[in-house]
Amino acid sequence: MNTVVTESLEPLIAELRSRGFTVVGPTTRDGAIRFAEISCSAQLPAGRGDEQRPGRYRLTERHDDLVFGFAASPDSAKRYTQPPRQPLLRMREGTVEEAEAQAPRIALLGVRACDLAAIAVQDRVFLGGRHPDPAYRKRREAMLLIAVNCAVPGGTCFCVSMGTGPKATTGFDLALTELSDPHRFLIETGSGRGAEIVTAISHRPATGDDVVAAEEVSRVAATRMGRQVDTDGIQERLAGAHDSPRWAEVASRCLACTNCTMVCPTCFCTTVEDATDFTGGVAERTEVWDSCFTLDFSEVGGSSVRGSGSARYRQWLTHKFSTWFDQFGMSGCVGCGRCITWCPTGIDVTEELGCIL
Amino acid sequence: MHPMTPAPYRVRSRRPDRADTVTLALRPVAGPCPPFLPGQFTMIYAPGVGEIAVSISGRARSGGYVQTIRAVGAVSGALCRTRPGDVVGVRGPYGTAWDLPSAEGLDVVVAAGGLGLAPLRPVIRELAAHGSRYGRISLIVGTRTPATLIYPGELARWRDRHGIDVQVTVDHPDLAWKGRVGLVTRLIDRIVFEPRRTFAFVCGPEVMMQASAAELVRRGVAAGRVMLSVERNMKCGVGRCGHCQLGPLLTCLDGPVLSYERAAGLLAVREL
Repeated sequence: MNTVVTESLEPLIAELRSRGFTVVGPTTRDGAIRFAEISCSAQLPAGRGDEQRPGRYRLTERHDDLVFGFAASPDSAKRYTQPPRQPLLRMREGTVEEAEAQAPRIALLGVRACDLAAIAVQDRVFLGGRHPDPAYRKRREAMLLIAVNCAVPGGTCFCVSMGTGPKATTGFDLALTELSDPHRFLIETGSGRGAEIVTAISHRPATGDDVVAAEEVSRVAATRMGRQVDTDGIQERLAGAHDSPRWAEVASRCLACTNCTMVCPTCFCTTVEDATDFTGGVAERTEVWDSCFTLDFSEVGGSSVRGSGSARYRQWLTHKFSTWFDQFGMSGCVGCGRCITWCPTGIDVTEELGCIL
Repeated sequence: MHPMTPAPYRVRSRRPDRADTVTLALRPVAGPCPPFLPGQFTMIYAPGVGEIAVSISGRARSGGYVQTIRAVGAVSGALCRTRPGDVVGVRGPYGTAWDLPSAEGLDVVVAAGGLGLAPLRPVIRELAAHGSRYGRISLIVGTRTPATLIYPGELARWRDRHGIDVQVTVDHPDLAWKGRVGLVTRLIDRIVFEPRRTFAFVCGPEVMMQASAAELVRRGVAAGRVMLSVERNMKCGVGRCGHCQLGPLLTCLDGPVLSYERAAGLLAVREL
């Protein structure tokens, strides 16, 4: 793998934009790190960090010049790989017009290892089965992924337990490691497209010291996970835990608000909205994000299969860590910790698993 | 093509069955109807209203699908109100099939509850057409009231012309009803089959399927030879919406037809 060093991300962002990419990277908005279009490196959240624990997220001042000195943000790549609202079709006068797949050329800057793993999960869901989704494929092919190796894991991170991070090893076009003293970025290339872009920007070859420093960043990050999960035999152990009294206990704290499923980078469930124009002659269908925490998610013939909160929490947790293997041959959890941070009552999947198993 | 994009199908005929149930024949506006296996379903889209999973009850003389729909919600209601010439959207067929080949050479018990007779119709038609390939063939049907019994004419034909032992019971009789009253499981007493050489197809409300399958197994039918058709909330039919999960299964891909051997443990877990 070709490895180079650059002092600034300005040439990279400029090169991406000149190639027609919309560069989407971390910014600060609404008191959080949020993905948004950026046009220069000054828009990156220099010196900002975050504090994350169950039910709590705060931006912090780092008093340094790191631009990636924070952990997973409420936005994941899912917003771009699987947009929250996707027009499916329009039907009028007996004809069906399929919605044209929108595939903007997006360069997603700052994707973490856990989110690369989540994209691999989504690839399996939308492309790996009997009914592949050509619109998803088109979006993925148009997208350039620029990973950042985590230097500062959050208090709710557990990617080491899930075997997905903190270092990005696959699934990226470029991977950055941010280094200090002096401030610089080590860039690894992961694809032909990535290599072309690196060739076009000013850089110097990485020295042995650069490489060692980058390895140290990932090594230290791996020791600073805020959470951990014992995944040994988890699929079987959880499949046999239907009767745990803990489900009812956690349901007494769960609001069924769906936050965990909205911030989860792998939760893919959807429903469809139907609408017509005033005449009723033109009908449209739109696929939108849905959540297994809603009552009507499992509705059959007027009543819900999973009427109780405990059954819905059990469904979600068991799907993530157990039945996802049956359905897709992989874990549905990548250890990003978002569901813990963004749960308004601070329910912690790692703690719940510890109690249930 | 996107897996959520339906093809336009025209309503060729519409036959009101009983009470709130309608049988439609649906044919593609252009081109032939894709082949289907007994037990499979399609996703039918009522434009502007929504889409539901409906099992295929047979092939119409016109070449389309025969599909029986009960008006229970907004979408099924809209589909029941369609008229010949109307256009709806159809995707599929999807899902697993009734394992008819494995029933050859064996006694066959078909047990239907209510509208559960609709997904079993192609099975019964196959049994009626090729009776010599199977042993004794019995069809037991339970329904809420005499008025909710579907396909009454065909039930009589299957009994009178094809030698199938057809027995019907109702939960709530009306004054004109002269037949049996009670649960369909009690009809298992009244049919003849050799349990160790029997294959069963069961479809109806979940409690009815569980009770019937359990009773057949108690009498010695192998659980792997009892097939059920499981109903869950199917939004997509192609394994991408997540709604129809039953534990490890995506009912739309792994079902709806499952062996009782596979389904029993899953259906036994409350609210799975």
